[in-house]
Amino acid sequence: MMNLLRLLGGRTASAPVARERLQILLAHERGMRSQPELLGLLRAEILAVVSRHVVLDPEKVIVKMERGKHVSTLEVDIEVPNGFERSVAVAG
Amino acid sequence: MAKVLVVTSGKGGVGKTTSTAALGAALAQLGEKVVVVDFDVGLRNLDLVLGAERRVVFDLINVVQGVAKLSQALIRDKRLENLWLLPASQTRDKDALTDEGVGGIIADLRTRFDWILCDSPAGIERGATLAMRYADEAVIVTNPEVSSVRDSDRIIGMLDSKTVRAERGERVEKHVLITRYDSGRAARGEMLSIDDILEILATPLLGIIPESQDVLRASNVGSPVTLNNAASAPARAYVDAARRLMGETITMVVPTERKGLMDRLLGRRAA
Repeated sequence: MMNLLRLLGGRTASAPVARERLQILLAHERGMRSQPELLGLLRAEILAVVSRHVVLDPEKVIVKMERGKHVSTLEVDIEVPNGFERSVAVAG
Repeated sequence: MAKVLVVTSGKGGVGKTTSTAALGAALAQLGEKVVVVDFDVGLRNLDLVLGAERRVVFDLINVVQGVAKLSQALIRDKRLENLWLLPASQTRDKDALTDEGVGGIIADLRTRFDWILCDSPAGIERGATLAMRYADEAVIVTNPEVSSVRDSDRIIGMLDSKTVRAERGERVEKHVLITRYDSGRAARGEMLSIDDILEILATPLLGIIPESQDVLRASNVGSPVTLNNAASAPARAYVDAARRLMGETITMVVPTERKGLMDRLLGRRAA
């Protein structure tokens, strides 16, 4: 379809690309607007749950949302200090 | 009934000040009593576009702080007796504006004018939120370009949530004004079309202002484009938009430049 449009509009028919990119982006941004604090909330709660069992540096908990065309992914990166099993054993 | 209309966009440089001046002048030319209020505190420019830069004595902040009366700060246009300007401060910053202060001034202006046009600064911070705060209607100035459309979408969300009307469960009547439109490029698929923009923003169209050299020419000499060259394509588009704001139904067309014979013979581009 895109190739056909390019063929019809000459090589510079970039407007359909602009339109598609905007539609995907805005669908996502409108969703986020209703819950702007979602990522902060997720981060705080994940940190609280994991901290019950492992001593964590709060700075080393990174929560990211990656937007895809059909699905989005939530990436949670938690750096755990070495020897955490010991702290779990002590805590248990 | 006075109407408070905010001219906003999120993105800078899309034509908010040009459009405020042109719509304000067009409404005044149509017999309405109009005040244009510059909310861009620290970076005022509406005075310059209207050719009133040397007549500013008091400004919006002076009135908010009680240093000057509203009547002392209002500047009457020299060409249109129905058009007034309330300039922004050039020396203060936007934190000098308060919600209560702006609310008081808007309430006062409502008793004196038919239209209060608030020229919003770019961005989504204090100046922009206060410019839209008391609005009954909004003109969202949008260029046919991805970053402008995205920012317009964001501003539409704010108009639906952060205004006094939204908080009361009422609607701010929103209109999209597309500026710097090049119908040739849109037809060739090089530029977002009007339909693309309206479908994405899901907001009714107020007007289409074509890309034109007349806009710069008018700001160079400090005159709204509707006054400086009333026959030009952007001037006709702004007058149509102003008539629509007044409730008239006018067929939507993209005004084009009327090319002179010499232009045609020399093959000059109409831009």
